[in-house]
Amino acid sequence: MTQWSGYLGLILQGALVTIELTLMGSVLALIMAFLAGMGRVSRFLVVRAVSTTYIEFFRGTSIFVQLFWAYFVLPFAGLSLTPLQAGVLALGLNVGAYAAEVVRGAILSIGREQYEACTALNLSRWQGMRHVILPQALLVMLPTFGNNAIELLKATSVVSLISLADLTFEAQVVRSQTGSTLMPFLSVLIIYFALALVISWGVRTLERRMARGLDGVRV
Amino acid sequence: MDWDWDFVRQIMPTLIQGVKITILATVLGSILAAIVGLAIALARRSENRAVSRSVGWFAEFIRGTPLLVQLYFIFYVLPDIGILLPPLVAGVIGLGLHYGTYTAEVYRAGIDNVPRGQWEAAKACNLNGRHTWTHIILPQAIPPMIPALANYFIAMFKETPLLSAITVLELMNQAKSVANSYYRYIEPMTLVGAFFLVISLCSVVLLRWLEHRYGRIER
Repeated sequence: MTQWSGYLGLILQGALVTIELTLMGSVLALIMAFLAGMGRVSRFLVVRAVSTTYIEFFRGTSIFVQLFWAYFVLPFAGLSLTPLQAGVLALGLNVGAYAAEVVRGAILSIGREQYEACTALNLSRWQGMRHVILPQALLVMLPTFGNNAIELLKATSVVSLISLADLTFEAQVVRSQTGSTLMPFLSVLIIYFALALVISWGVRTLERRMARGLDGVRV
Repeated sequence: MDWDWDFVRQIMPTLIQGVKITILATVLGSILAAIVGLAIALARRSENRAVSRSVGWFAEFIRGTPLLVQLYFIFYVLPDIGILLPPLVAGVIGLGLHYGTYTAEVYRAGIDNVPRGQWEAAKACNLNGRHTWTHIILPQAIPPMIPALANYFIAMFKETPLLSAITVLELMNQAKSVANSYYRYIEPMTLVGAFFLVISLCSVVLLRWLEHRYGRIER
């Protein structure tokens, strides 16, 4: 019985690494999403082209290939990353590319009259974006961002393959040490699912809070 | 960091072996996902509360947990209860089940989009349950779903590198094995990335065509 608690401790340590990766990856993804998403609706052709290339590239190749590329090929270019850095980089850039399309879609979903009102009030493009468009667009983005965060959480399992000791990695360790298969994998699946539930609950709460005071403004 | 074309020529046959398995896994996985998705969508509409609830929960659980851990589960846990599967079969089951829960949502939306009048007309024509489905509902519901389904099949294609973790000799695994034996990571990893990028850029064109052909945009 003491043995099991020891192995459970190992799995919980892995859970901490997974949570850490998810949080750091989400922050990077959020930054990239706004940069690329707003870049795609930019006035300048160069900015649009760069953002589109970034999005198509990272959506076109799978997260797994990107991670291996970051971990195994970049060192040859003189850029050595720890597994954690490579993981956060690949996850953030990959999910950021998907989320960028969400940002773009949400910005475009705001009605013409809002943009016209910005012009009428003599706001600059940036001021209009900051004070009028984004506060409304954010609410449209939020549910999909929640889904993206869950996708990111699920994608973190891939970093176990570049020897980062996350939840999936620890499950493999427990399997190879005890020979038991059902216990480690089932408990890890349940932990992932619980984390996903926490994310969707958190996003719903945030959505309710942000929607406050906007009654009647949006449908 | 130097690119060696001779090395590329040398490893190409091995990689093409991998491409074949990758495509085979995608095609089989897609077929399974299409069937599983339909089964889940129909089960969730079941009159029997117990069936619809438990299938709903099961699908939610699969969607909230990583494919990699599910693959491990199928590959390591099932043999303990006497079900020995070859790696490729285990991988196809994993892909089909995981993406089946996604395609189930597509089917659900497609079926809900068939107007009520069609159901009523079927009843008025005295069709039984099976005939209503096969002759009235599904033929109308399926064509608009095709672009969304194709989207998930492309996503599945990009996840096939995960099968390398359960020893399926697909493209990623072949690339890793040549990389490890020659200790050159640049060419194999980059070629894998380029391959996925080319296929997904082509699939964007295919998707546009499918949307044009089948997708009735209701907006």
